[in-house]
Amino acid sequence: MAIENSTSLLRRAMAHPSFRVGVIGSAAFLALALVSLVWTPYPTDIVDIPNRFASFSVTHWLGTDYLGRDQFSLLMTGIANSLKVALLAMAIGAMIGVPLGLIAASSKGWLEAVILRFNDFIFAFPALISAIIITTLFGPSAINAMVAIGIFNIPVFARVARGGALSLWTLEYVDAAKLSGLSNAQINVRHIFPNVASLLIVQATIQLSLGVLAEAGLSYIGLGTQPPETSLGLMLKEAQSFFFGFPMQAVIPGLAIVLFVISFNLLGDGLRDTLDPKLSKAGSINVAG
Amino acid sequence: MLLVKVEDLRISFGARQVVNGISLNIDLGQRVGVVGESGSGKSLTALSIIGLLPDAATQTGTVSISVHNSSQYVQVSSANVPDSAINLRGEHIGMVFQEPMTSLNPLMRIGDQIREAIVLHIRAADVDERVAMLIAEVELPASVEKRFPHELSGGQRQRIGLAIALAAEPELLIADEPTSALDMITQRQVIDLIRSVCNKRQMALLFISHDLGAVAALCEKIYVLEKGNLVEEGKAADLLAAPQQLYTKKLIAAAKPIRRREIGRQVGKPLLKVEGISRKFKLPSRLFAPKQYVQALGDISFEIGEAECVGLVGPSGCGKTTLSRIIAGLQISQTGSLDFDGHKYGRTFDSMPKEARRELAMVFQDPFGSFDPRLDMAKSMFEPLNLLPSLNAKEQLERVHQAVERVGLDTDMLGRHPHAFSGGQRQRLAIARALVLRPKLVVLDEPVSALDVSIRGEVLQLLSELRENYGIAYLFVSHDLDVVHAVADRVLVMDKGHIVEQGHVDEVFNNPQAQITKQLLAARLSM
Repeated sequence: MAIENSTSLLRRAMAHPSFRVGVIGSAAFLALALVSLVWTPYPTDIVDIPNRFASFSVTHWLGTDYLGRDQFSLLMTGIANSLKVALLAMAIGAMIGVPLGLIAASSKGWLEAVILRFNDFIFAFPALISAIIITTLFGPSAINAMVAIGIFNIPVFARVARGGALSLWTLEYVDAAKLSGLSNAQINVRHIFPNVASLLIVQATIQLSLGVLAEAGLSYIGLGTQPPETSLGLMLKEAQSFFFGFPMQAVIPGLAIVLFVISFNLLGDGLRDTLDPKLSKAGSINVAG
Repeated sequence: MLLVKVEDLRISFGARQVVNGISLNIDLGQRVGVVGESGSGKSLTALSIIGLLPDAATQTGTVSISVHNSSQYVQVSSANVPDSAINLRGEHIGMVFQEPMTSLNPLMRIGDQIREAIVLHIRAADVDERVAMLIAEVELPASVEKRFPHELSGGQRQRIGLAIALAAEPELLIADEPTSALDMITQRQVIDLIRSVCNKRQMALLFISHDLGAVAALCEKIYVLEKGNLVEEGKAADLLAAPQQLYTKKLIAAAKPIRRREIGRQVGKPLLKVEGISRKFKLPSRLFAPKQYVQALGDISFEIGEAECVGLVGPSGCGKTTLSRIIAGLQISQTGSLDFDGHKYGRTFDSMPKEARRELAMVFQDPFGSFDPRLDMAKSMFEPLNLLPSLNAKEQLERVHQAVERVGLDTDMLGRHPHAFSGGQRQRLAIARALVLRPKLVVLDEPVSALDVSIRGEVLQLLSELRENYGIAYLFVSHDLDVVHAVADRVLVMDKGHIVEQGHVDEVFNNPQAQITKQLLAARLSM
């Protein structure tokens, strides 16, 4: 399953309809974000009050906001900023969570207990609460929102890594590695991590979409990205004062968030179905006998 | 009278044909066996009779079944049952599946599951009475009716599976590897039960198995399949006495391992001394209740000499795997000590010195689980050399190549990943990996029980050659007495964590003293 070469894996994944939709959607968002780093149709930091609240037109595809800035350009940079926060938050979670999970699975006794209780401790705080604590202590900013979401990601990755690793530790090739005198750390790096990687990749895509959602939430209550920077959540927040006059101001960033989350979730689902041998086996009959 | 007639059955998945024109007949009340190794198409043939082929399969050829309907026999093709009044599955054909753990609904009481089968097929008023009769017929106490599947053992569950299959009084029972998941003693009991039920009910049986012994014990007529082709068919007695085809001969030879006596090697001085090993596991118990333990191993002592092959047999759950893992240093003992070639270990993890690790290797049961699917074979084979850091790259390569050549494989294959090897090749490679360090003792935990019978012989042959040529001692753990008899010098019999009998393999097998040894020997399916 996991060993077949990557081209045939890709072909099989693309045959999965939700994966195909997810890939196209995610790629579109990623492309918008990357392009915005070097070019946007209009600059996003120049105010053009006479032209504010313009509706859709050939010059301003999605109109302009309350300061006359081009909505499409704002959306592009907003996606880029949201994605940046979500990506780094996911990276923080994975970098700390995965090793913790692997160590917990490989060591019995007090170390495992400490890691698991630490996990429960972090899980007990909703992401929003920990974000409020962090921003109270260090002030609101995109970086702090990222750290807050990242901390929330740690136990998620730790649990996934530990769950996958625990079942691998009972396998015979791990016993064989122990007999070869490899230490637990060596076994983790050589055998366990590569075999739980597919689980982690799936989890990463899901945490990425959750991260975008969390960033939007934090920015909306003013704890995330700060003006003059922009993000999807911030656009939503700024639009709400004009919602009854100009509903499109809120609908556009809102729709972007929804599509973004759906795309990454579909991508994650498709990846899981393709990468997880258990699911594909359960769905088919063993024809070998 | 002919009950089932299968003619020129071909089954394919896309372009891949897996059954190539099989024809078979089952008479009324006849017990027919289909023998084949994995991939022979035996299960698919059975599924096509009952009309349960997976959707992806395309079937050609005819499968017709004579169905007793309103006191006359009607010919029915299983592919398209014309008359909806004829309910082929369950009513005329019952089926017992391989895996007793998953074939029952875990949330339903046993009695309800049997009742369901009766209500679906027979409009009878005396349902409760019938449930009780079926439970009695499969020789279980009436109290199981109120129990859940998890409260029963594997053998008991398989009996319930049989009771459900019998509920609608079918003319044909299909049993697909019904005993492969059971231990020797239970297997024998279930086979005896199926035979007596078939006799009593005058019911035809299609028994599918990879185990020629089980088929021979049960069936009057045998079909031998290989890679989707019918190789040979005939009356059981004739076929076993005078097989015509090479493949059948090979199967029969493999099912009766011949004792190989090595004269070249003399058993040397004691290599491994096991003294008073014991191990208890805590059972889950209620809060504040006194702790309860299960004695997995109780005060085990024995020795293995240089170049000696010691067999370790016992029923499942007797502690033989725990013992072999303690010897390999994968688990720890709570009392006693292990002395391997002058190195003491066994009481704490990591107490096994590297010098001892180098000399003691282990081969596992499952050739599919023995190798990391993400590493190519070369990487897996080099892994044990971690214990010999003094070797340079060239010497390491030489070691690996030697080991692979010794098990009769080509070193060019090492770049492939495990999935590209067959089960037999993987088990050879697992043995090769054990040989890379040139050990003095190899612990073999059921090394052939996951292999097809025809490969089994090759692997046993290989093991005895290696012992002959290199003087390796073996601890051969197995539930299969015939295999142990073929390879071991001395045998230890374990039951419930204790060694109940030990001695020379011929003495123990010809004149068993302990009750469990007698039971194990009686359960052998001789041909």
